[in-house]
Parts: sequence; C-alpha cells; structure tokens
Amino acid sequence: MITATAPVIEEKNYLNAEHGLKSWLLTQDHKRIALLYLMAVSVFFIVGGFFAVLIRLELATPAGDLLDSNTYNKVFTMHGVVMIFFFLIPSIPAILGNFLLPLMIGAKDLAFPRINLLSWYVYMLAGILGTTVLLTGGVDTGWTFYTPLSSTYSNGYVVLTAMAAFVAGFSSILTGLNFIVTVHRMRAPGLTWFRLPLFVWAHYATSVVMILGTPVIAVTLFLLMLERGLHIGFFDPAYGGDPVLFQHLFWFYSHPAVYIMILPSMGVISEVVSTFCTKKPFGYTFIAFSSVAIAVFGFLVWGHHLFVSSQSAYAGMVFSILTYIVAIPSAIKVFNWSATMYKGQVRLETPMLYALGFIGLFTIGGLTGLFLAAMGLNVHVTDTYFVVAHFHYVMVGGGVMGYLAGLHHWWPKMFGRMYSRTWSMVAAGLVFIGFNLTFFPQFLLGYMGMPRRYHVYPPEFQVLNVLSSAGASILALGFLIPGIYLTWSLKYGAKAPANPWGGVTLEWQTSSPPPTSNFDVTPVITNEVYDYTNQEVPHIG
Amino acid sequence: MQAHTEEHHIVPKRVYALVFVTLIILTWVTAWVSTVDLGRMNIYVALSIAVFKATLVVLFFMHVKYGSRLTKLIVCSGILWLMLLLFITMSDIWTRGWIGVPGR
Ligand SMILES: [Cu+2]
Repeated sequence: MITATAPVIEEKNYLNAEHGLKSWLLTQDHKRIALLYLMAVSVFFIVGGFFAVLIRLELATPAGDLLDSNTYNKVFTMHGVVMIFFFLIPSIPAILGNFLLPLMIGAKDLAFPRINLLSWYVYMLAGILGTTVLLTGGVDTGWTFYTPLSSTYSNGYVVLTAMAAFVAGFSSILTGLNFIVTVHRMRAPGLTWFRLPLFVWAHYATSVVMILGTPVIAVTLFLLMLERGLHIGFFDPAYGGDPVLFQHLFWFYSHPAVYIMILPSMGVISEVVSTFCTKKPFGYTFIAFSSVAIAVFGFLVWGHHLFVSSQSAYAGMVFSILTYIVAIPSAIKVFNWSATMYKGQVRLETPMLYALGFIGLFTIGGLTGLFLAAMGLNVHVTDTYFVVAHFHYVMVGGGVMGYLAGLHHWWPKMFGRMYSRTWSMVAAGLVFIGFNLTFFPQFLLGYMGMPRRYHVYPPEFQVLNVLSSAGASILALGFLIPGIYLTWSLKYGAKAPANPWGGVTLEWQTSSPPPTSNFDVTPVITNEVYDYTNQEVPHIG
Repeated sequence: MQAHTEEHHIVPKRVYALVFVTLIILTWVTAWVSTVDLGRMNIYVALSIAVFKATLVVLFFMHVKYGSRLTKLIVCSGILWLMLLLFITMSDIWTRGWIGVPGR
C-alpha cells in the first residue's frame, strides 16, 4: 500500500453535509432520521434490558428476596412495555427500513420526509410519557393491560402507560403510511414490483399490518382509558360490558404486532443469506408473497390467546386451525433460505452468523407456537414459562437476531466504517449461546408447571432458573460488546468501501456513507433482481 | 412509473355547507331518538344514523368521493378489516352457549 501524501479531501456525504444540533433535529433526510431513531431505540433497549436483569436476578433464588411482589409486577410490566412498544416495533422498520427503503428502490427520500420526522417526534413524545410512568412509580398490569385488573383494580399509572402506547402507535402508523406510498410511487425507472429486494417486500407487508392493525389498539386503549377514568362501560360487566371483549380487541392488534416485529427481520435475513451465498434467493416470488400472506392471515388468528378465557369452544377451534395455517408462509421462508444456502458458497461473516442464528431460533420459536395453537395442550401450558420461552424465541431469537444481522450488514453503509471482525464474531457467538441458555430451560420450567409473572417458586425449579439467569448474563455481555466495538468503529474503524460484502441491491451501488441525495444519478434498472453474474466476491479480513 | 399528475377536484362551498348541516341535523335526531323507546330497535337506529354520518364525512370531508381508485381501494380494505374484527369477535359471542360448561 502507498500512503497518500496529498491531503485527503473528505467526500461529501449525508453525515458531514451539515453540522450542528439543528441540522439533526430539523432534518428531513431519511438517513438522518434513521439515526435519530437508532439513538432513541438503543436507549430504550438499555432501559428494557435493565428490567430484564432485575427479573433474572430475582428469579435466581426461589424466595422473593430482591423485590417484593408489587415491585416485581411493575418490573416485568415495564420490561414488556418498553421492549415491545419502544424497542421491537420501531427497531428494524424505523431504523433500517427508514435508512434503506429509499436506497433500495433508487429514490432520493421517502414520499413524505416531513411526516417521517414527525413520526420520530411522536415516538419521542410517547417515550417521554413512558419515562414519566417509570419515574413516578410504574404500572403493574403486564404489557397486555387485561381488564378488569387494568380498568378497575390496578393502582399503577394505567392511563398514562396506555397513553404512551397509544401515542407510540401513531408513530408506527405514520411510518407504515410513508413506506406504502414510497413503494408505490417512488421506485426508480425499470424497478418493477418483482425486481424489488425482499427487504422491501417485507417492509411493505409490515406497513400494511401497521396501518390496518395499529388503529385498533389505539381505540382499545382509548376505551380502556374511558372506562378507567370516566367509568363508561365497555369491559366491566357491572356497566354492561364484557372483559373478554378487551382481549379480542387487544389481540386483534397484538398478534399481528408480532409480525410487525418479525417480518422486517425476515426481510433482513433474505438479503443477508442471498449476499453471503452470492446467490439469488431460492423462490423469490414465494418469499415475497409469503410476507404478504403472513400479513393477511396474521390478522385471523388472535383468538389463540383466548383459549382459557370464556371464548366459545367453536371460535377456539376456528382460531386453532387458522393458527396452524399461518405457520405455512413462515415455513416457506425457512425452507427457501435453507435452499438458497444449499450448494452455495456460504461466507461466514458476522451478519451471516446472526442470520444462521435467526433461522435456527425462529424455527424453534415457530414450532413451539404450534404446540400452543393446539387447544388441549394450550390449557396445560397457558400462562407458564413455556409461553415466555416461546415468544422470546420468536421476538429475541427472531426479531433481535434479525436486527443485529441487519445492523452489522448495513453498518458499513450507514457510517462508512468497518467494525472489528473478530469481536463481532465473538459477540455473535455469545448472543447465540447466552440466548439458548437463558430461554431453553424456560421451556422445561413451563412444561413442569412454573407459572409466569410470579417472583417466588418452589425450590425444585431452582436449578433451571439459575441456568436461565446465568445465560442471561452471557446474553447481556453479548449485547454489550457490539455496543462497544460499533461505537468504537465510528471513529477508529477502517474506511468501508461502497460494497464491502458483494451485495447486488441498489444501496451497494452508492458510496458509503451515501450522499444526501442518495444517488448522484438516478439509477435505471435494466436487469433482474439478485443478478450476481457480474458481481465479484470481495475478500474480507 | 407513469408521470401522472393528479387533478384536484374543487368542491363547491355549498356542498360542504350542506353536508355540515345534514350532520348537525342527524346529531340532533340521534339525541331526540334516544328519548324514544323503540325496544330492540334502539341500537339499530342509533348505529344506522352513525354509519350514515361517518359515510358522509369519509366521502365529502375526506374527499374519497373524488379520490383515485387506489384511494377507494384502501378505504374499502380498511372497512373490510373492521368487518373482520367485528364479525369474528361476534362469532365468539354468538356461539358461547353452544357447548355447556361442566358444573354450571
Ligand atoms: Cu398470537
């Protein structure tokens, strides 16, 4: 290598185009808004993680020695509320989706840049409401806000928490709306629907769920606030209401919300698997349409959360069958990713490690979901740690693994810097091991009958609980290390080339980091998507 | 993508005024009809008036009547989803008594 003697002129990009706080807080650049989201969402991830640490510490011993039962109720509630409404739902769409959607379709920005910025402020407002609850005494209803506990008996700040989730919902409605219009109207010339990267298809499907589902949770929480505050009867039988109606309305959104958390992850995995196998994804159209199928059928299965409520057995049977059916499109994806890897040259870089982790863990999460969809078995494991383990396999093993895969995949594009290859691989290994050690014992605990949401348990459950807590500390370390080397890379990381991994989607054709207007010339698309014929495999490390 | 400029339909002020007056009258009708006991029909009458009012708002104030076919499709799918929510939820409530609960 020859060291350049001439002064290096920094290329103009979206990061150095403007300076000062104002240039960030009033920006309309989707890439900068994505970074605003990245910062806010990361803070909430740390807050939610802190509550998880408290839970695992408390459960290390059978006695309730660290937290009393009221505090424990508040701790697991805040863990759920923060992680779901403030981390998982915005994480991939609002950060990676925001950053990449316009780049992937060859556009200069999203269709409504101002609405995009507004969505961040709405999110922050919700965050302030949520933080107020945290600081003033918390809430103890569980993130599900079930009536009549939430409407009548709870002493916590139910209305304020519901308000926070309500407001956060509007942020995701705005994001979803923006994405849908952008995909319809802003595609570069020649970029037909079936030339869209699968990440875009996944985000399109997610956006449909966001705009069709989120208003329902908003209305439901609004009804809850009315009943709690003004005693207008919707859910309380004393006023002519029906408590199970709340569960119907709540899960009409909250089951599809699982797909808001997992579909974008699936989009990430499709990109990562294709790039690191240098192969067109097997069954492109099947993967694309399975995203849409998940979005639609995901709306018809919510009653599987109500099997032990007073829901009619007939409705239960229908919901059970529909739940089995919704597993099909998810399975299609898993099979197609595996088929893409088959006979491909799999390069085990960090994003690919996370993607492999995703495929394994999501499969376990999905299959245990089928156990729970069986009405008989469901009675045995309802409200036990089996359920807790299942949805953590889906949301952490799926959602968070996908988020980390995507963050590592596009970090060089977002910041123009490479992170440490060794450390990132070590962290990926720790996350995988720590995750399994934390949550696999919980399947066993649940099957043996340990209920969720209790802070004391019989001594015979201690061994598995200690294993779980030990796993959680490894997992925490696995999350801490990326925080360090990613931050470090911002200043000291090697300069990233435009296309470090050999990707073929449009975002790799512009510089890293991209200029404010994304592309110097609007790209015109003439070849099919995922065409690797002229793409050289880069040598890394 | 076709370069397609959307024509903006200009709605005469008279139409807005007319819709507004209709909404006010119907609000008054809702209040009045609540004082009359129609038995089982109470809920149906109140809901019919409400749906009619909502339709007016969507068509005229929200400009869906003059919107593109895509806009209409989006609105219809929203309504379809609401129907899905109501119908499937009601399917639980309608069939609850069909299998007896032991001991009750
Ligand atoms: Cu569900």
